[in-house]
Amino acid sequence: MKILEGLYYAKSHEWLRIEDGEAFVGISDFAQHELGDIVFVDLPSVGDEFDAQDSFGAVESVKAASDIYMPVSGVILAVNEMLEESPELINEDAYENWIIKIKITDETDIEVLMNSVQYEEHIQEEE
Amino acid sequence: MDGLKKTPLYASHIRLRAKMVEFGGWEMPIQYSNITEEHQAVRNGVGLFDVSHMGEVIIKGEDAEKFINYLITNDVKLLGDNEIQYAMMCYENGGVVDDLLVYRKGVNHYLLIINAGNIEKDLAWIYQVAKETKMNISISDESPITAEVALQGPSAEILLQEHVNIKLSELPFFTFAEKVSLFGAECLISRTGYTGEDGFEIYADIGNIETIWNKLLDYGSQYGILPCGLGSRDTLRFEANLPLYGHEITESISPLEAGYGFCVKLDKDDFKGKAALKSQKENGLKRRIVGFELVDKGIARADYIVTDENDQEIGHVTTGYKSPTLDKSLGLALISSEYAGIGKAIYIQIRNKTLKATIVSRKFLNKNYKKQEDQK
Repeated sequence: MKILEGLYYAKSHEWLRIEDGEAFVGISDFAQHELGDIVFVDLPSVGDEFDAQDSFGAVESVKAASDIYMPVSGVILAVNEMLEESPELINEDAYENWIIKIKITDETDIEVLMNSVQYEEHIQEEE
Repeated sequence: MDGLKKTPLYASHIRLRAKMVEFGGWEMPIQYSNITEEHQAVRNGVGLFDVSHMGEVIIKGEDAEKFINYLITNDVKLLGDNEIQYAMMCYENGGVVDDLLVYRKGVNHYLLIINAGNIEKDLAWIYQVAKETKMNISISDESPITAEVALQGPSAEILLQEHVNIKLSELPFFTFAEKVSLFGAECLISRTGYTGEDGFEIYADIGNIETIWNKLLDYGSQYGILPCGLGSRDTLRFEANLPLYGHEITESISPLEAGYGFCVKLDKDDFKGKAALKSQKENGLKRRIVGFELVDKGIARADYIVTDENDQEIGHVTTGYKSPTLDKSLGLALISSEYAGIGKAIYIQIRNKTLKATIVSRKFLNKNYKKQEDQK
């Protein structure tokens, strides 16, 4: 199970990477492994605005749809369009293949997220 | 997962690192490797399923044929020895108690195969009908002592033939052979399945099933065999338009509404549900199950609401998948009959979005059965 250092993690298994005032959001390697074969990613539209913990889309395996949640409040700046044709990219590398790029609208939301060490503990508790 | 029933192959599933889930009160493997690979193994080669959770009930006695014909919708009189029939048991109102296979072992001697999650309910119903009819029969639940595996796919015959003393080419679709020796165990083998492919279902005593399971996996490796879980079992049966109890057929969806009228013989003597089903047929079905393909991007899942173009609710999705074989987003939905018709548009409500779908034939995939020329 791969857990990257330097990312923020939500309890619902999304990661957040902050780069030059913008942020990328994806799901963790643990989450992609639990889901199995990803066959569809339901993406939001650019410009959509969400609060932290709002569902902004879904990642779907053969068997089921799983909602994906905003780790922080923000506005959608871009969606990873490669996932429309190749959703399995998330299975191949869950950290390289981000799902949305956002502008964070409430920086204080970051404080409640976990670092990689805390996230590893969180997974062990869930298992 | 405390309190769940386990099949005799439970330890094998754990050893194979299967992902286990609850299904109908049982702890069952949903997948071993991944659902798509297991699905493709069955479509293109061979796969092995543990279906020991299924129920087996023996009914015999001088009124057995008469009793079963009163219990089920199909006509058991059409069966000869060693032949099998698909049927449903209905309540008086035409709702489905369960769907089942009826094996004729001999004159007035039948084996019924029922769904795992319905065993207790079905037995209660069968005993109630028996009490009501006062016929001379005996009912015996063999489920606790019977295990079952399903060997499915185009390579199933060649693999199994190497290990049995009967000629499988002479065992057509929906027939069975008894007392077949397989790896030292005495089995009942039928040419049946729930995948739309050729294949066999193998019934044995619970003490012998692990040897059969392990040896089929060992000898099957040259054909690319994979152990397959309930995940691929469901995608396979869905593509082949085979119903799943609780989805396409339920206590409130009749076999006619579900589109399985071929197993409802309204011209035979009285049977449970006959009057209600006859009236449904004569008055026209108010609802029916249709197949659909999503035009917009998404995947329809069971219980999603179906609407018309004016957002009026007209029904619900019973099963939906991104079909692994056809790579299309397909589904089955129970909708008001006025909206049914191939080529018509319906709308599926998926997470606050309205996605357009087109009604298509439910024969998503051609079945690959080994029928005799005169079999229908």
